[in-house]
Amino acid sequence: MTEAVKVDLEIDLKGEVCPYTFVKSKLALEELESGQVLRVVVDHLPAVENVPRSLDNEGHQVLEVVQINDSDWSITIRKA
Amino acid sequence: MAVSVRVLGQFPGLTRSRTVEGHGSDINGLIADLERQYPGFRGLVYDEKGEVLGYVNIYVNGDEIRSLRGKATALQNGDEVTLLPAIRGSALSFTEEQIKRYSRHIILSQVGGKGQRRLLEASVLLIGAGGLGSPAGLYLAAAGIGKLGIVDFDLVDLSNLHRQILHHNHDLGRAKVVSAAEAIADVNPDVEVVQHQVQLTSENVMDIIADYDIVVDGSDNFPTRYLVSDACVFGGKPNIHGSIFRFEGMATVFLPGKGCYRCLYPVPPQPGAVPSCQEAGVLGVLPGIIGLIQATETIKFILDIGESLNGRLLLFDALDMEFREVKCRRNANCPVCGDNPTITNLIDYEEFCGIRAASHQ
Repeated sequence: MTEAVKVDLEIDLKGEVCPYTFVKSKLALEELESGQVLRVVVDHLPAVENVPRSLDNEGHQVLEVVQINDSDWSITIRKA
Repeated sequence: MAVSVRVLGQFPGLTRSRTVEGHGSDINGLIADLERQYPGFRGLVYDEKGEVLGYVNIYVNGDEIRSLRGKATALQNGDEVTLLPAIRGSALSFTEEQIKRYSRHIILSQVGGKGQRRLLEASVLLIGAGGLGSPAGLYLAAAGIGKLGIVDFDLVDLSNLHRQILHHNHDLGRAKVVSAAEAIADVNPDVEVVQHQVQLTSENVMDIIADYDIVVDGSDNFPTRYLVSDACVFGGKPNIHGSIFRFEGMATVFLPGKGCYRCLYPVPPQPGAVPSCQEAGVLGVLPGIIGLIQATETIKFILDIGESLNGRLLLFDALDMEFREVKCRRNANCPVCGDNPTITNLIDYEEFCGIRAASHQ
């Protein structure tokens, strides 16, 4: 699925914990135009649930949440 | 050559201040000096080839250097240099510290990075660093209002301390504007505090309010209150009003073209008709409640969220612990902001109530 989606901005939030994973994802989305796609990489396990949920609450479209290696997860969001 | 450098945009994140001093015989020398003082500064001004970035303008006494001699533009002692980058409201320009400090604001969908940026770019003038100005000033500073002006000519007195929480025991006898500026800097170094240790008069009020987006009136006397209200009408400034008396307080918001204090009370009472705080007393916690209603309305106005208190007069009674609300709309017959105004110049009412004008609750 990600292969079909063009990612406009990617940020590395490894080492960040909640709520800053969400805060920084939100700030990055504010940089994008509606319809553009953000990909964030996190390694804080609670963020894997919290970040998509919080961004969904703000109306954005969570495209994909996937584990990419032993420690890291990728979250792909389309800006509302 | 010593010059004063005003920095805007992302620069204050590095310099921690919007005005810094630098030395150099020309712009190039000045940037080198600022790099020594603030490592990383050069990279915000020049590209890899050492040319001034296309989105950074540098002004010497108001003239952009591209119209002068570029980086070789000579500097004289006392010159004023302004570094003005294009501002795109970039949320990514928050420092790590700001992201943490304002995270609970940024998380709110009604605020976000954009709203926080608006707060950081806003300027608010507090009339009085007393009972109302103290809580309003502290919370507005904590919220990250970029520039807070404080008008107060008074000194801190022991009798102030049961309610004026900007001031502390060690401030007794000091100017309130100084003690307020220190307290605010302790809360949030992002805030630029401008001290106006003057008595407001018809001569100076327009100049002082001109530099601010919003006026928060925490004055405790009628001459100042009417002067501020009239000046806000003439200057087109929102006036966030609060007043307190014994156990009661009131608050409202006057927006340009949508009413003023004279719509509510067209003329001040006769001298002596209304007791002052000094004579009547005031419950120490009361200005905390009213001052924070003023701060809340100020922030809502800046963020353009919620329902403004404009058009409504909120009344608070601490003894009954009750809030009530009455309408307070623009009065078409208002002598200042009505359809046919009769007052078209500022008036200095005589000082009365046995206290000097512009001392504060």
